[in-house]
Amino acid sequence: MPEMNTSSLPDLIFSILFFFMMVTTMREVTLKVKFTVPAGTELEKLEKKSAVSFIYVGPPTDNLRAQMGSGTRIQLNDRYAEPREVMDFVAAERKGMKNQAEQVISIKADQKTQMGYITDIKEVLRKSWALRINYSATHRN
Amino acid sequence: MAKKKKKVPGLNGSSMADISFTLLIFFLITTSMDTDMGLARRLPRPPEPDQEDVMTDIKSRNILYVRINAAGELWVKDEISSGQAQLSELRNRVKEFVKNENDLSKLPEKHVKEIDLLGRCYVTDKHIISVQTDRGTPYNAYFQVQNELVAAYNELRNELAKQKFGREFQYLKDDEKVAVRQYYPQQISEAEPRKYGGQQ
Repeated sequence: MPEMNTSSLPDLIFSILFFFMMVTTMREVTLKVKFTVPAGTELEKLEKKSAVSFIYVGPPTDNLRAQMGSGTRIQLNDRYAEPREVMDFVAAERKGMKNQAEQVISIKADQKTQMGYITDIKEVLRKSWALRINYSATHRN
Repeated sequence: MAKKKKKVPGLNGSSMADISFTLLIFFLITTSMDTDMGLARRLPRPPEPDQEDVMTDIKSRNILYVRINAAGELWVKDEISSGQAQLSELRNRVKEFVKNENDLSKLPEKHVKEIDLLGRCYVTDKHIISVQTDRGTPYNAYFQVQNELVAAYNELRNELAKQKFGREFQYLKDDEKVAVRQYYPQQISEAEPRKYGGQQ
């Protein structure tokens, strides 16, 4: 029985690889907080990914809980931060953007977070003129 | 010199597939394809240092208060009624409030406004929905309230769009969208968070 010619297999796999490289985005940060975002119905898609910065809010992940406790934490880039540090974060993010006026801050916060943390962040965002925000959520019917 | 031409042995490419598979799997793991969705909101401009409290100058018929306490319970107040409310009632309350169909004296006042494409309209453009939260309010409760408020506005805009242009809001042309937005402007105010324990 003649063997199947597999010489085109690498090309095939490479095209799949390139496809995935196109449609996906690199995971930029390692999450240090865990969160379940709320579910809503009136959601909009986040367009222009290059103009979006993320702020994560929630309790530390399981493996960090021993050191950091289980209180709510704010994560900017790769580390925990205080609400006032959001201002520097926004400025730094804005510097690297081409379309600075379209900057959007997406808040990925856990459902059970107390609003105090969120309002603190929002106040700082207001002061740093990052007025377009987005409460990250999943879709529900 | 009739040397026998030596043939260069071909590279064995049979492992190429394995290599590319490994790359593929690496990319599958390190990247994410999730499309991020969320509720888009716009924050008010930062207050000027000498700015007075604007909320005091607004007629009380123009304000709808929505308060969420630390237990996530809703309390809704306008000139007609005040008291605890369920999340499911909120959407209709807001729609009724913003629309003020019968021009009631206890709901927001209506003004004549010249809008392109729609002409002279009576709109309640002075209304304000004031959302107040406690520092202990769960984020989810707040989010659901925001979601309902946006849903109420979207429904009103859809109704108007269907009535005037025969299509849903999302299918309107840009200038038509602007007109509908002017008819039902989103005016949600979030009061400064209440602070306990005096000044820090």
